[in-house]
Amino acid sequence: MASGRDALLEHYRAMYLIRRFEEEAARAYAQGKIGGFLHLYIGQEAIAVGAAAALREGDQVFQTYRDHGISLALGMSAEKGMAELMGKDTGCSRGMGGSMHFFDKEHGFMGGWGIVGGHVAVAAGAAFKSKYLGDENVTLCFFGEGATNIGGFHEGLSLAGLWKLPIVFICENNQYAMGTPMKRTSAISDLTLKAQGYGMHGDRFEGYDVKVVHERVKQAVDRARKGEGPTFIEIETYRFRGHSMSDPAKYRSRAELEERKKKDPLVITKDQLQQAGATIEDLDNIEIQVEEAVKAAVKAADDAEPAKESVMFDSVMATKLGPQNREEAAR
Amino acid sequence: MREIRYREAVREAIREEMEADERVFLMGEEVGHYQGAYKVSEGLLSQFGEKRVIDTPIAEAGFAGIGIGAAMTGLRPIIEFMTWNFSFVAFDQIISNAAKIRQMSGGTFDVPIVFRGPNGAAKQVASQHSHSVDPFYTNIPGIFVVMPATPRDAKGLLKTAIRCQDPVIFLEGETLYNVKGEVPELDEEELIPFGKGRIGREGKDCTIVAFGRPYYEAMQAAEKLAADGIECEIVDPRTLRPLDIELLVESVKKTHRCVVVHEHWPYGGPGAEIVDQIQREAFDWLDAPIHRVGSLDVPMPYASNLENFVLPTVERISDAVRRVSYAK
Repeated sequence: MASGRDALLEHYRAMYLIRRFEEEAARAYAQGKIGGFLHLYIGQEAIAVGAAAALREGDQVFQTYRDHGISLALGMSAEKGMAELMGKDTGCSRGMGGSMHFFDKEHGFMGGWGIVGGHVAVAAGAAFKSKYLGDENVTLCFFGEGATNIGGFHEGLSLAGLWKLPIVFICENNQYAMGTPMKRTSAISDLTLKAQGYGMHGDRFEGYDVKVVHERVKQAVDRARKGEGPTFIEIETYRFRGHSMSDPAKYRSRAELEERKKKDPLVITKDQLQQAGATIEDLDNIEIQVEEAVKAAVKAADDAEPAKESVMFDSVMATKLGPQNREEAAR
Repeated sequence: MREIRYREAVREAIREEMEADERVFLMGEEVGHYQGAYKVSEGLLSQFGEKRVIDTPIAEAGFAGIGIGAAMTGLRPIIEFMTWNFSFVAFDQIISNAAKIRQMSGGTFDVPIVFRGPNGAAKQVASQHSHSVDPFYTNIPGIFVVMPATPRDAKGLLKTAIRCQDPVIFLEGETLYNVKGEVPELDEEELIPFGKGRIGREGKDCTIVAFGRPYYEAMQAAEKLAADGIECEIVDPRTLRPLDIELLVESVKKTHRCVVVHEHWPYGGPGAEIVDQIQREAFDWLDAPIHRVGSLDVPMPYASNLENFVLPTVERISDAVRRVSYAK
């Protein structure tokens, strides 16, 4: 039981890190230190942490632009993430990607992708590589329920199903495609039906309990690893913030939000930990450590060098035939 | 030197690179069992098997995306579009993903992928199947755009493309597949670098820049004009991105006159880009404004009399040369 509790404590640490990282990101955004779009994952943390725990080294993960949670869950440092948000050279994408485009090859994070549905087939391509090379790695591909209406999603699933690729598609159904509730975007409410047509397994559950997410995603990952083909998982969740920082979320009621917050995955995990015998002190220690890490990340990002012009040119292509400086790029 | 068809040259490049590197595979519609819609991939399935010559459903966005993901993770895909007209449904994959991921990831992920297939008008296939797509793709930083006119260039450039560590848009031509030309022997490997043009014919009176299919119309125009005493120099840039502007400027400094020939529509595109760069680099050497000959500014009609009228013709090229030469 102790080992189970220790694992859950680590899950709690990861979820709390995501929560606090994003709260500080929201603050930095309000201070004008972060530009562009900032899509927060707050409320959905159990999914990223549970799913990441189901993977092993070599596995690969693709996510949409709501990508801070999974990056941190996979092991990326808060410092690299915060620096990226602030457009610094020390960021995980060296200031070229920003909030929507975190990348962390070292931890198997294949990117935050900005076009809805556009990364689904690309993720299937990473899984195709695993089948081609026989490396027994598995790919996870996340997207929201809004993506299940676009062509890219269907072509990606169609090919993954046809070729039995080692991939798990995870639909994080947070109920709203930007501001539009699902009943106004989809003719069906059980999204696993969409995957049935592509000949893959389907699974569907609530994503508020990190242990449940871990177990169910693990089943699908194991199946993929054994060569038994892809799985489509629909996980019910809810984001506590708007679609992005510019969205006050007026399309939903205060009462609805309060009702949903009763299923806050952090509160649920904390209750489970206390029932399993974790002390207040255990939890406090974790929270203090995370606070320090996030604070240090903000400080380091504040102090870091801004993104570099040389990296902007140099990173466009591996072959150095393109413009490498301002003069050449303006020709 | 032996002579082979353009189609065979493309096939030889694919075959040789697949023999040399296990990570290279060919994917697209009808590339395997059907032996290729234009028979480019004939015989490759029996040689390499279904693992590496992969038939797909009709799903360009899907298999273009699969290719990009495979390239990001270490394979070297050759993605065939049955024609480039069908690449439009995969446009987002090429623009937002293939061309962007390397920089967007701070240089973390290379995307060594070739997208290839026939470009431009065929014969009487009407407006949806007759696009010359080079203007769309040349606008995008992060990808190379290659448009070989001859079998030798097709082979040497495709081999370079397959070994390239970045995305390559490789534009062949349905009406070029049967063109025969000299290609080095099988045991004489030739890799043609990107960004290096080629002089197709030497001349002192007027430079004609031509690439892709209308290269041949330009050569015919040059023959006719020579009979009237106007010696044209034909320069084929071969790759549009990067562009061998040095070679073009060198030729114009010699001839002092220039006509740019392209199959794409007149508004913008590489044709306009080439004119822009030449006038800035060689303004003092020019004795006349640079003229362009492209397809007429209309969607391609079906009827053959009209199609022939829309495409850049030998006559329109000759007229343009006469205009910049102030000759009758």
